[in-house]
Amino acid sequence: MFDKESVGRLKAARSKWQQGADKIPAGKTCKAYADCTTSSGIDVKLLYTPEDVGEMDYMRDLGFPGEYPYTRGSQATMYRGRLWTMRQYAGFATVEESNRRYKYLLNQGQTGLSIAFDLPTQLGMDADHPLSEGEVGKVGVSVSSLADLEVLFDGIPLDQVSTSMTINAPAAVLMAMYIALARRKGISADKLNGTIQNDVLKEYSARGTYIYPPAPSMRIINDIFAYCSKEVPNWNTISISGYHMREAGCTAVQEVAFTLADGIAYVEAAVKAGLDVDSFATRVSFFFNAHNNLLEEVAKFRAARRMWARIMKERFHAQNPKSLMLRFHTQTAGCTLTSQQPDNNVVRVTLQALAAVLGGTQSLHTNSRDEAVSLPSEDSVRIALRTQQIIGYESGVADTVDPLAGSYFVESMTDDIEEEALKYIAKIDELGGAVKAIERGFIQKEIQNSSYQYQLEIESGKKVIVGVNKFQIQDKPAKNLMRIDSALYEKRHKELAAMKGRRDATKVEAALAQVKAVAGSDANLMPAIIDAVDAYATLGEVCDVLRSVFGEYQPDASF
Amino acid sequence: MEQKIRVLVAKPGLDGHDRGAKVLARAFMDAGMEVIYTGIRRTPEQIAEVAVQEDVDVVALSCLSGAHNTLFPKVVDLLRGKGADDILIMGGGVIPEDDISFLKQHGISEVFGPGTPLATCVNYIRSHVKKEA
Repeated sequence: MFDKESVGRLKAARSKWQQGADKIPAGKTCKAYADCTTSSGIDVKLLYTPEDVGEMDYMRDLGFPGEYPYTRGSQATMYRGRLWTMRQYAGFATVEESNRRYKYLLNQGQTGLSIAFDLPTQLGMDADHPLSEGEVGKVGVSVSSLADLEVLFDGIPLDQVSTSMTINAPAAVLMAMYIALARRKGISADKLNGTIQNDVLKEYSARGTYIYPPAPSMRIINDIFAYCSKEVPNWNTISISGYHMREAGCTAVQEVAFTLADGIAYVEAAVKAGLDVDSFATRVSFFFNAHNNLLEEVAKFRAARRMWARIMKERFHAQNPKSLMLRFHTQTAGCTLTSQQPDNNVVRVTLQALAAVLGGTQSLHTNSRDEAVSLPSEDSVRIALRTQQIIGYESGVADTVDPLAGSYFVESMTDDIEEEALKYIAKIDELGGAVKAIERGFIQKEIQNSSYQYQLEIESGKKVIVGVNKFQIQDKPAKNLMRIDSALYEKRHKELAAMKGRRDATKVEAALAQVKAVAGSDANLMPAIIDAVDAYATLGEVCDVLRSVFGEYQPDASF
Repeated sequence: MEQKIRVLVAKPGLDGHDRGAKVLARAFMDAGMEVIYTGIRRTPEQIAEVAVQEDVDVVALSCLSGAHNTLFPKVVDLLRGKGADDILIMGGGVIPEDDISFLKQHGISEVFGPGTPLATCVNYIRSHVKKEA
């Protein structure tokens, strides 16, 4: 970036400046507040100069937006062409109530839907399963069959919205329901836009909604890739997620490393299963966290884009530029929300959202201020959405692509994150890849160590959390919290029984037998699952058939 | 020699958010206690059984899905049903203020919300569990 001679002159001048200013704290020491290291333990220097980016080659390391290595952005015009998709994750209680919330959000200017399912749904259990008691409708909407999905999307044009579904272990079943629903509405699958999370590896390492062991889980994912590449070509068939590992306590560097390592595992598995890399890699998307350290986060997004492009090109020899391009959704960090002085969370979310936008996100969810204690109220959700709109329409940061590029600090931090993350990926490669690393507990242990460290730093006051370990006040209990009626379990029981009474039981039985037969073969599971859900076989029934063939994952409980 | 306090850290219900549970488990261990962690997605029955089997002094329940009002009292009832009246049962997670009195009425001795210092939880156990020498 800079020639050696001028960097040499600069070095001499900088040394002199630093001597003259010997009172200036250098390196880690910081007098004004406790800590000058990032979440990843990278020491932040007092001052960055061209010395720190002397090795950088603009075309090699940055390039132009929309071009390899995509450091500056995945599209040429970025937000000048279209602002990011403002996509609030939502869903609670019944399909009727969630349908109303989606319509409200669309009316408020939201541009894409993001469906939150409750835990029974995410675990492939029907709402009337005994373990569903107390959980139905709590963290998302309860969906047990196509009949529920029909109500959930009532009046929402499936060919005009993009729908993201946070569903992993049972992703194939929900995808099948969405395709079946579209068919009934006369919309062909190639008109559908959206995303299924479908990232089961991070379920084992952080999020917890796994069902089957890794090998059959990877097979289901490959079946989804193969089916959708032909039938639902505009669908993002996976959203490889660092978000939850970060929420579980890992650092920015670990988030990038573990997410891309998972990505490598999915691509390797699909290629091994005989898929051409460019047939599915164009539909691979990512999901990252936006945490508190603004500039580290911006650098993280830029580093992740560059790393994925290089991995796909050099390791997998992808040819289609779209296969090299890391497109991502961002959510602000739920774990940074405090129950103390909850209005402060609006400020945290603003800074985190700003990091996501400065980092070039394709879509964004901003958390609501009350989420440390409950589901968000409608008022809080509106403020969260307005936060994005203010950044997009008022702040000016969307006007030019990758505005922080060329900052000595941001470029240096981008390099540091890439370098450190590559070390982790090398380590995971040594262990035999992400699946093996998870089976051996390596990734889980790394996350646990970081989260404990983080907590100890808060306890010792090294890390300041405003309102929690500094600047506390006596809080009044939060008011107007959203509550979910626990009687929902009984209501859903009755609904499911009624639905089962209406359907053609012989057809359901035959379709489930077919799912079982296909599961035991090498054939693609998707057509059989679509037929089954179309006959109103329930989510739990389909997943139980698959459990009977694939078994269930049994983790160890170390801490 | 003083016997160590035995703690079961448990995750009833279906949510997989066990960052807090694991951090606490480690903090209890670093404070010199013996700790067993159940892992995620345990039923109240499983938790009560382990608690009795392992002869623990404390059961620390963590739930972040909002199902605490259903699940925590169940654990209490099951433990009391097994005659384990002396086990201290505490809870934590994403729990609205309004639910705390309900949980306390149902045998949860204390509820710790987000942002509670580890030391507060450790000290609470120490002051409420007296081990005989």
